[in-house]
Amino acid sequence: MSDLILQAAQAEKTTPLPWLADFQQLQNNTWLRQAVPTRKTEAWRYTPLNRLEKGNFFGAPAQVHECSECLQEQISLPDANGDELDCYRLVFVNGFYAESLSALGELQTGVSLCRFGDANEAQQSAIKTHLGTIANDSVNLFTTLNNSQLQEGVLLSLDDGVVLDKPLRILWLGSAQAVPFSVTQRLLVLMGANSQAMVLEQHLSDDAEQNSFTNGVTELSLGEGAQLHHYRLHQEHESVLHIGGVFADLGKNSLLNSFHLAFGSVLTRIDIVVNHRGQGAHSELSGIYLPRNNQYVDYHTCIEHRVPNCTSNEVFRGIIGDSARAVFNGRIHIHRDAQKTSAKLSNKNLLTSNRAEIDSKPELEIYADDVLCAHGATISQIEDEALHYLRTRGISDQEARVLLSFGFINTLIEKIPHTEIAEYLRPKLAVLFARDPELLRHIV
Amino acid sequence: MLAINNLHAEVEEKQILKGINLDIKPGEVHAIMGPNGSGKSTLGHVLSGREGYEVTQGSVQFGQKDLLEMSIEERAREGLFLAFQYPVEIPGVSNMEFLKASVDAVRAHNELPDLDAVSFMKKARSVCKAVDLDQSFLKRGVNEGFSGGEKKRNEIMQMMLLEPRLAILDETDSGLDIDALQVVAEGVNSLRSPDRSFIVITHYQRLLDYIEPDFVHVLAGGKIVKSGDKSLALELEAKGYAWLAEEVV
Ligand SMILES: Nc1ncnc2c1ncn2[C@@H]1O[C@H](COP(=O)(O)OP(=O)(O)OP(=O)(O)O)[C@@H](O)[C@H]1O
Ligand SMILES: [Mg+2]
Repeated sequence: MSDLILQAAQAEKTTPLPWLADFQQLQNNTWLRQAVPTRKTEAWRYTPLNRLEKGNFFGAPAQVHECSECLQEQISLPDANGDELDCYRLVFVNGFYAESLSALGELQTGVSLCRFGDANEAQQSAIKTHLGTIANDSVNLFTTLNNSQLQEGVLLSLDDGVVLDKPLRILWLGSAQAVPFSVTQRLLVLMGANSQAMVLEQHLSDDAEQNSFTNGVTELSLGEGAQLHHYRLHQEHESVLHIGGVFADLGKNSLLNSFHLAFGSVLTRIDIVVNHRGQGAHSELSGIYLPRNNQYVDYHTCIEHRVPNCTSNEVFRGIIGDSARAVFNGRIHIHRDAQKTSAKLSNKNLLTSNRAEIDSKPELEIYADDVLCAHGATISQIEDEALHYLRTRGISDQEARVLLSFGFINTLIEKIPHTEIAEYLRPKLAVLFARDPELLRHIV
Repeated sequence: MLAINNLHAEVEEKQILKGINLDIKPGEVHAIMGPNGSGKSTLGHVLSGREGYEVTQGSVQFGQKDLLEMSIEERAREGLFLAFQYPVEIPGVSNMEFLKASVDAVRAHNELPDLDAVSFMKKARSVCKAVDLDQSFLKRGVNEGFSGGEKKRNEIMQMMLLEPRLAILDETDSGLDIDALQVVAEGVNSLRSPDRSFIVITHYQRLLDYIEPDFVHVLAGGKIVKSGDKSLALELEAKGYAWLAEEVV
């Protein structure tokens, strides 16, 4: 453990950001002072960090990498007409900006969008002002590590009233190198009053064995009346190790809709913290996790209601197969002043194997008395009744199981407001339930 | 078409069917009536192959085949259809994909290729209209949030799509308003043909005004205690079941 701390603290940067050096030095000091979370620390109790500790991921810096064909293929995302989705696109391979794969084009006035390595003075100053301030409330050590290690990132800043005309798509691609390495990813979104945007973050890798540790942190700040649709999709190879977080501050009457997906890997742990800081703010948080084989997925979510009259709705569903393990921890914290809060949380899990494991834990801390708080967690297997019904219609047992498993998460996919994303995801998710395309032909 | 011989079956070690004999010829409509808990639905479940219903004695011949040897899905593919008394809700699986999977499975069994999307849509829309359901029901989850009557219509819609050789309708009329009853009856009647048979389980003579049975049977205490023509249904309506119990004893 202390090896990991020392090694990470001394890690060399390939492309340092001199203007961020002071901040990073402080963060590095903090990192050095702390112990890595252990199994003894409650919030990390179930998280298998041994592979991270043993992996020697900070021994050598990441190298600028050619984007393989396999990765390039993954970039495509068609719109409703089958054409490539018209969006602002930033592509990173192993943390390095891939200009030839990116498409920024002309920006509207009032929009500031850049990668950290390209930031002009104004952008640098915006980053320095806000970086780490949204994620700072959480005692998440890996955010500190991200702060001290980052050499690249994305800034999106919208002036008051600006409606971003196209979705922003950020692709974080991973590809194995000769020696183990680490990647630090960062996104900072600053939304002025009444601004609107759609931001899609995708974490992808080529389909070979990966030998990296990724630390991806996203900070979202929504000003008064701002509206953000945010997606964070973890579609990486099952050999990746990824610890990341999404931290959001919601101003008065703002609206955050954040959708999450994780296939599962050696280690995928995502912490999500949504802070309702202005009255009338509303958050919709939903997610799907689908670990199989020996994979592991962990979502720790925390909904903070700090002021009165805010609402939150959170729905996560997981299907856990084979010998996979999932953790879902859903915390709702309603502070003393947060009267008239409405907070809902639902977590449903389907186990498709008797070796599969889920730890689902709601955590409610409520200090206000006039609130509405509903939460529920279920763990089930495929329902016999439903299976039987499908079979009486001639559908094979195997196909019926695929239809029912897919149906279990499809209820969330159907609610995705951007149909092109739902259509894009559907076949990618379907293949997780069967290898035989015959069994999938009625769902894709 | 279907020959049931001395069929005994139990559920959770409780004997429910105690020697059913029934012979159904192609083209015939048999109504089965009887008191609550007498085993009518059990008979339907046993014929459709439901797990947990154990046949302890007897045989069932379906066409040239031994029905009891077949899996649930094989029975369906061979042309046996059960309209459930309580259809199951399946959120997340759209009615449309469910229906197509079902139609394709039966077609594959008959060595036919999958129906192409356009032809299937046409068929689905037309049966949907025939049972007087809005097209939006095709997009919804299977039976998800459907009213009682809508669920029953959805069952009939499936039957019309699958065109089974033998359809068992388990109380498809209960919970239906007068108009829906007619819609369902018309659906059934439109499928009546010399090579298709029906078992209609019902408590009410009313349905039999619309779907005229060739035979009416009374199932009580796990046995068929009386059989007759459609006038038996009228008699039951007037007298109830008590007199039969005396007759049997
Ligand atoms: N899974 C089960 N476990 C225990 N008993 C069962 C089970 N299924 C059916 N039974 C019992 O078997 C008997 C026959 O039930 P069945 O549903 O066949 O009756 P029915 O004739 O269809 O009645 P109704 O007219 O009320 O629909 C009842 O006493 C019922 O409680
Ligand atoms: Mg019944």
